[in-house]
Amino acid sequence: MTTVAPGALVPLTDAPAARGRWGSVLRTPVGIGAGVLLAAVLVLAVVAPFVWGDQAEAVDTDAILQGSSAAHLVGTDNLGRDLFARTMVATGLSVRLALTATLLTVVLGMLLGAAPLLLGRRAGRLVTAGIDIAVAFPGLLLALFFAIVFGVGATGAVLAIGVAGAPVFARLTSTLAAGVASRDYVLAARVAGVGRFRVLLRHVLPNIAEPLVVNATIGAGGALLAFAGLSFLGLGVQAPDYDWGRLLQDGLSGIYRHPEAALAPGLAIVVAGLAFNLFGEAVAKGIGLTSATGPVRRRRTTGADEQPVTERGPGAEQPVLDVEDLSVAFPGAHGTVRPVRGVTFSVGRGEAVGVVGESGSGKSLTALAVARLVEAPGEVTAARLDFRGTDLRAGGERAHRRLLGTGFAMVFQDPMTSLNPTRRIGSQLAEGARRHQGLSRAAGLARAVDRLRSVRVPEPERRARQYPHEFSGGMRQRAMIGMGLMGEPALIVADEPTTALDVTVQRSVLDLLAAIRRSDDVALLLISHDVAVVREVCDRVLVMYAGRIVEDLPADRLAAGRHPYTRALVATVPDMAVDLDAPLPVIPGRPVDPSAQPPGCAYAARCPLASDRCRAEDPPLVADADGGRVACWHADEVAAGAADGELAAAGAAREEVA
Amino acid sequence: MTATTAATAGTPSRRMADNPWLAFAVRRAGRLLVSLWVLVTASFLILHLIPGDPVRAALGPTAPASLVAARRASLGLDRPLWEQYLDYLQGVLTGDLGSSLGSSLPVSRIIGQRLPATLELALLAFLVVVALAVPIGAGMGVLTRGGRRRGGELAFSSASTVLGAVPDFVLGVGFVYVFSVTLGWLPVAGRTGPPSYVLPVLALAIGPAAALARIVRVEMLTALRSDHVRTARAKRLPAWQVNLGHALPHALTASITLGGLLLSALVAGTVLVENVFSWPGLGSTIVSSILEKDYPVVQGVVLVYGAGVLLVNLLVDVVLSLLDPRSVIRES
Ligand code: SF4
Repeated sequence: MTTVAPGALVPLTDAPAARGRWGSVLRTPVGIGAGVLLAAVLVLAVVAPFVWGDQAEAVDTDAILQGSSAAHLVGTDNLGRDLFARTMVATGLSVRLALTATLLTVVLGMLLGAAPLLLGRRAGRLVTAGIDIAVAFPGLLLALFFAIVFGVGATGAVLAIGVAGAPVFARLTSTLAAGVASRDYVLAARVAGVGRFRVLLRHVLPNIAEPLVVNATIGAGGALLAFAGLSFLGLGVQAPDYDWGRLLQDGLSGIYRHPEAALAPGLAIVVAGLAFNLFGEAVAKGIGLTSATGPVRRRRTTGADEQPVTERGPGAEQPVLDVEDLSVAFPGAHGTVRPVRGVTFSVGRGEAVGVVGESGSGKSLTALAVARLVEAPGEVTAARLDFRGTDLRAGGERAHRRLLGTGFAMVFQDPMTSLNPTRRIGSQLAEGARRHQGLSRAAGLARAVDRLRSVRVPEPERRARQYPHEFSGGMRQRAMIGMGLMGEPALIVADEPTTALDVTVQRSVLDLLAAIRRSDDVALLLISHDVAVVREVCDRVLVMYAGRIVEDLPADRLAAGRHPYTRALVATVPDMAVDLDAPLPVIPGRPVDPSAQPPGCAYAARCPLASDRCRAEDPPLVADADGGRVACWHADEVAAGAADGELAAAGAAREEVA
Repeated sequence: MTATTAATAGTPSRRMADNPWLAFAVRRAGRLLVSLWVLVTASFLILHLIPGDPVRAALGPTAPASLVAARRASLGLDRPLWEQYLDYLQGVLTGDLGSSLGSSLPVSRIIGQRLPATLELALLAFLVVVALAVPIGAGMGVLTRGGRRRGGELAFSSASTVLGAVPDFVLGVGFVYVFSVTLGWLPVAGRTGPPSYVLPVLALAIGPAAALARIVRVEMLTALRSDHVRTARAKRLPAWQVNLGHALPHALTASITLGGLLLSALVAGTVLVENVFSWPGLGSTIVSSILEKDYPVVQGVVLVYGAGVLLVNLLVDVVLSLLDPRSVIRES
């Protein structure tokens, strides 16, 4: 079990944190506030004794235990000493003791944490085991224990809090150091015979310094609170010295007569603790140590893009799925991003349509949008989105729950993460049917077993009672497909259904999908980056690039595609004749960043046929005589093979796959 | 990352050969025993680690030497260390923790009298923590997912940061001022009846509740983004069923480890809160015993607190393994 140090902030990436970001931290509102607060506390700690020192000690027997007044802002104590002055002066001792204890924690924690690096395996493991046991106990309990051992008083409390914090800090150090210690340069230094201690000082510590400093800052806040606690209990600072905890204890006993005496030091403790805490957390966030990712900023999206709506492709008379001008927009850091732009297509009854494209082409998002599974802040717009003749745009998700729940099946890429790991397979399958078809628990389970059998899961009764982690990858994907068959689906949308699977089981899952389509007349929308898979399973293929459909053609004519991108994609498919030792061909250049779409054809930067017109105007998707559609100014030239030489040269450019 | 482990665990023969649950139970029991041994040894060592002579310190500098010697003998301090250690171990196993130096009462009796008050406080506070943190955290997670309701998120995170940063004893003092001194609604101290529980329990619970609510919210956001919740949505389940049936169990499972740390911190927090409210529990006892240098009592109470923390940790591990069977396998 490797819980990281409880509450500790560790870097998200293992890249060494860049310097200079501390400055940027201080420009955020929280950073500024916390920084100012912390600076004020620290300055006060230094100057308060000089400013208010005399006043804090001045005994005035005429003004004993007074409430707040103009002369005494928070009243006086049992010797008539001004409590405002005493609270201020106490800043010095409180902060000084907390910082001393923190220093002790840091030094001790780093030594213990580095022990595995310094002492070698055996001794290091012993230390680590000790740390593991110690971190199981809350810091306060450890502090109490050590306070007993080191004796009542300020010194004892400093030692106690310092030592009590060490295990957590040690755990943090060893976690961070372990991450750095396996890096190349550290290994190189060790191989070169650099001593352990030197490696630690020169190579490890500098690279983990930032998270350590941040955690020490937050730790100082904790030490301050712990110290106040010990003093409050009477185990810390002893009279005649005083810190906030001590003042709080004195004030509590007289809280009926004048509560200010307790509230002022209480407030001081809270403010000072927050100052350290917030500052540490602000810095941590600024330099990327926090694990909580900030949500995407939401912006209102503007109207739909001006995309020419072209004729729909050839679907059957009454398509199962009919999509026109579908767009998906997300608010981004620099304005709205449109990963899907004006997609129009339809899927006929029992038809298998493939969607191919590189990652980032918007094909998966198109599938999610069609399934109405894009959640805010993503926004889906469409001129038409009909499923079995029902307009999915009208009404909320509630309106189409039953229709989609029984007729529209989804199969996702990774069956490991797409199934709920904490529930049995059978109940996961039955869940939808129980909700939409009103099946009882037993009937639902019976149908689940039946469907598992139909997707060729062996021993379905036993398997239905198992958890996903007890299934192999291929079996999980079969179960996922079985889940889609619980109703009477008219359409299965499968998003890269074989990508996460072993090569050996990919084929059987594809065969299963094909078989289901044939026997049950179910339409299939198969999303894949793999042209070979799509060509084999589908009737028709939509080629997507940069959020648009650039070509729509029958699967058997893929090799004769009219769009240069289609040709390039097909050229990347290794065929049997190709020398297997030759590097895989790739399409040169990089896909377009959806947040920076060029004005003209998105493929222009990579296209061997790109002309000035291509770079200026985006080609519309137009139907051709053969019933296909293509979006390219030079489609006819591609088709005529005029540029075959160029295309072949570009498309088949063999680059080393790094 | 777990794919390979899960795949190997999935083959039946392999699972029979080494049952992960058995391995898990053995490992847990082993760790518990080692921790208990460390705890008992630490509490034994208290008497020997403190600087100077504990008996002299307890009786004061004016006590006659004969009395000190007699007391030392009765504590067994004149015998070899290992003998004392074995004696102590035996005593702990048989429930004999010695007697108080002050009142001469058996330590086990004192603990028996004081423990219920502390247990009540800790358990009630724990219930309040869960009752507040889970609905608030999960609700905020659902409401603020995908960057919705930025204002609500800001209010929640500021409020929970500040509340989580106020130490329980300061919060207790604030409560006393507001609800007892100013409003006069609730008793200021003591354990006298149901109303007297309100303030100590709240003082103890609010900080951890705020911290746990933050954790639950973050885990809820993660769960709502997860693939299997997307699958649940693809089944077109109603939102409540997706949130409560699929996302929440996941968020809670993921919150348990950190939540357990909060819970054991809550056990320790009773020490301070009891002293604010003069609560007649172990927390008041240990502090007064430390100040009176009544070491047998201190040792006994340290043992009880430590054992309480270990028990909480064990419970957390067991609950986690029941809720998420993979955690057991992942470990082996
Ligand atoms: S429009 Fe121009 S740039 Fe775009 S694919 Fe066709 S030829 Fe290439």
